[in-house]
Amino acid sequence: MENTIKVTIIDREGALHDLEGPTDMNLNIMEICKMHELPVEGICGGMALCASCQVYLESETPLPEQSDAEQGMLDEAFHVKDNSRLGCQIRLTQEIDGIILRLAP
Amino acid sequence: MIETDIIIIGAGPVGLFTVFEAGLLKLKCHLIDSLPMPGGQLIEIYPKKPIYDIPGFPIVNAGELIDSLMKQCSVFKPGFTLGESAIKLEETENGKFIVTTIKGTRHLAPIVIIAGGLGVFEPRKPPIESLVKYEDKGVEYIIRNPEFYKDKRVVVSGGGDSALDWSIYLVENKIVNELTLVHRRTSFRGHLDSVQKVMDMAADGRIKLITDAEVVGISGSEKLETLTIKHSTLGDIVMKADHFIPLFGLTPSLGPIATWGLDLEKNAVKVDTLDYSTNRKGVYAVGDINTYPGKLKLILCGFHEGTLAVQSAFARIYPNKKNVLKYTTVNGVTGF
Repeated sequence: MENTIKVTIIDREGALHDLEGPTDMNLNIMEICKMHELPVEGICGGMALCASCQVYLESETPLPEQSDAEQGMLDEAFHVKDNSRLGCQIRLTQEIDGIILRLAP
Repeated sequence: MIETDIIIIGAGPVGLFTVFEAGLLKLKCHLIDSLPMPGGQLIEIYPKKPIYDIPGFPIVNAGELIDSLMKQCSVFKPGFTLGESAIKLEETENGKFIVTTIKGTRHLAPIVIIAGGLGVFEPRKPPIESLVKYEDKGVEYIIRNPEFYKDKRVVVSGGGDSALDWSIYLVENKIVNELTLVHRRTSFRGHLDSVQKVMDMAADGRIKLITDAEVVGISGSEKLETLTIKHSTLGDIVMKADHFIPLFGLTPSLGPIATWGLDLEKNAVKVDTLDYSTNRKGVYAVGDINTYPGKLKLILCGFHEGTLAVQSAFARIYPNKKNVLKYTTVNGVTGF
């Protein structure tokens, strides 16, 4: 469908959730997870200030570089790996169609 | 004991505006906040960030909004208990409430309005097994008195300004016997001056710097004795230490409010949208801390919630008085 992309989220139990995300609503990964009632807190509301939406990128999807704010937050977070990102900083765009992300603990 | 009409827990934007609305009804407020200054997350987390959805302000910085709200409510002379988190809520025999802070400061009022936002800011704790067991037995998250570490072997962990600054302070003032700074990455994100200083101190051996590493284990019989540090390439390093200070910033949690007998849902306090009252009569919750069908976590919604809550509070304090809504445009604002 036009303006819709596929996002796969692997939850903390290892279960796969295939979500359809609209690209025309200015949404990010944290928000789409919350919309589908996946266990993502997003305490700070998407300002890259709490790391409660940390995910691991498990596909080869090219993502824009991390902002200073995102890098800074991941510096203070735990369970951080090389493929860690903050869900709130990943926007739903056509470029990330098919992305696979795993929720961090 | 501090006595007032309304105890407001949380001195963020919604708490401050609630003071103003209460003042219009001649109700006096006292605010309690765990942070040392008013403003809540707007000041603690994003003072320089612009906000675009405050009615009448096309753009306003979070810090400026708090300044304006402080000015607006100052005519009603609110009291403040700052730097102390509210930990206990008790009901007196005559239906009033006593709110006690972590430092033992007591407040008495017929009404409590919880405007706690994200909750209490607490140190972020690294996920190390048995960490909690060693709290105050060698593990501290906040440095209260540097002299406490006199001649000790201290391990600081973290990559931000507080980890850098405290490491420098404890070494420069010749307080500690030995200081090890552990950071997960090779680069630091603190102020460039601080980073350079730490690098210099590491080069001349005054700070033992271990990067690409994390503290993963703690052991000791009565108190902390050894730490296990996992290095990304070198494997485990076991070292003796007297203190471990993880400095990873603050993170909000609902905190003691969760134990006050209030109905909760999804880490928030359930309220009745008629007047934003909780299941405990006389206790209200407004702003980001509450939840109800259709809830939006917006400052402007919090302003509305606080306004309705104080109307209900008035009726509760003065059951025989009728309150008539008066526009500020007609009568102006008369302070206390």
